[in-house]
Amino acid sequence: MISLNVNDKNFEIDADPDMPLLWAIRDLVGLTGTKFGCGVAQCGACVVHLNGEAVRSCVTKVSRAQGQKVLTIEGLSNNNDHPLQIAWNEANVPQCGYCHSGQIMSAAVLLREKPNPTDEDIDQAMSGNICRCGTYPRIRKAIHMAAELSKKGGITK
Amino acid sequence: MITKLKHFTKGHKGIMRMACTMAIILSLVTLMAFALHDDKGKVVPLTNFVTVKDSLASVTAFKKVYRVLMSPRCMNCHPAGNIPLQGDDSHLHTMNPQRGIEGKGVFAMKCANCHQPTNTPGKNTPPGNPNWHLPPANMKMVFQGKTPYQLAKQLVDPKQNGNKDMKKLLEHADDGLVLAGWNPGEGRTLPPISHAEFKEAWTTWLNTGAYAPKK
Repeated sequence: MISLNVNDKNFEIDADPDMPLLWAIRDLVGLTGTKFGCGVAQCGACVVHLNGEAVRSCVTKVSRAQGQKVLTIEGLSNNNDHPLQIAWNEANVPQCGYCHSGQIMSAAVLLREKPNPTDEDIDQAMSGNICRCGTYPRIRKAIHMAAELSKKGGITK
Repeated sequence: MITKLKHFTKGHKGIMRMACTMAIILSLVTLMAFALHDDKGKVVPLTNFVTVKDSLASVTAFKKVYRVLMSPRCMNCHPAGNIPLQGDDSHLHTMNPQRGIEGKGVFAMKCANCHQPTNTPGKNTPPGNPNWHLPPANMKMVFQGKTPYQLAKQLVDPKQNGNKDMKKLLEHADDGLVLAGWNPGEGRTLPPISHAEFKEAWTTWLNTGAYAPKK
């Protein structure tokens, strides 16, 4: 059995230690907001936070997450009201939406480390998250918007 | 000769004088052995290191070292810019990950987010190591574009080599990230010689004086 802490809840899962964390989150824990894209850390659809870092769960073995803190899109806020989620909604960022849980989780690390990011910061932070619909201008706009929103409410995750 | 023998037999003072002279000569030889020289004779002082200088053997060994260090497995993480290189053709790493202050990436693009403690199974998937990183921003230790002369000089300069003295340089042949070059994951060529051959060349180069080639 492997002990996982996902979104502040403890889980004991029966998994091979080499199982991708993404599999454990989706199929064993049952949280399907995190998506499978490429399976080889190339697209960013599967980004979750492992101890606060934006790891790609498709290549992260579940053994690496044992006893550590995992945060998925479902745990980013209590009521879908993280500044990034509000901004994403306000700016109508998604088109098909498939990549956006990964986009938001990457952006959350950026805002935590750089509360007022420049366009260059955004490019550097988000260059590993691919959007086949090409929503990049709206992603950038929403991150700036979230930065403004979070000045009022603060970002904790 | 007979005079000298007589002098030695004159007494204890003569023996003591001779012993002191020998000690001074030996000290000078030892001090010389603690220094490195480039091909222009400039002394590069080093500590905890005894060398038997041999410029020909040293430069010959460095040719092998240089071929390894300039191979993709080593050079790709010692780029001239702030983006690592990738692949056997040493192209810029896709996604343009940045070096960052500590050499471990920035924001959501940190090395360890994709590069796991071990290689990821499958062809051309992210290679892994627990300590995956580039040299830090304040000491980039660039290999890309360096001539043999430039690289040899850089490698023995503590101000450019990560503050390594000779002992640490010798040990660096068995560093985990250096060894990872010979375990690069599927789809990547190995360095041009084995790690054992590399270590022998590296050690020979350093132990024979770490001479820099002329160019």
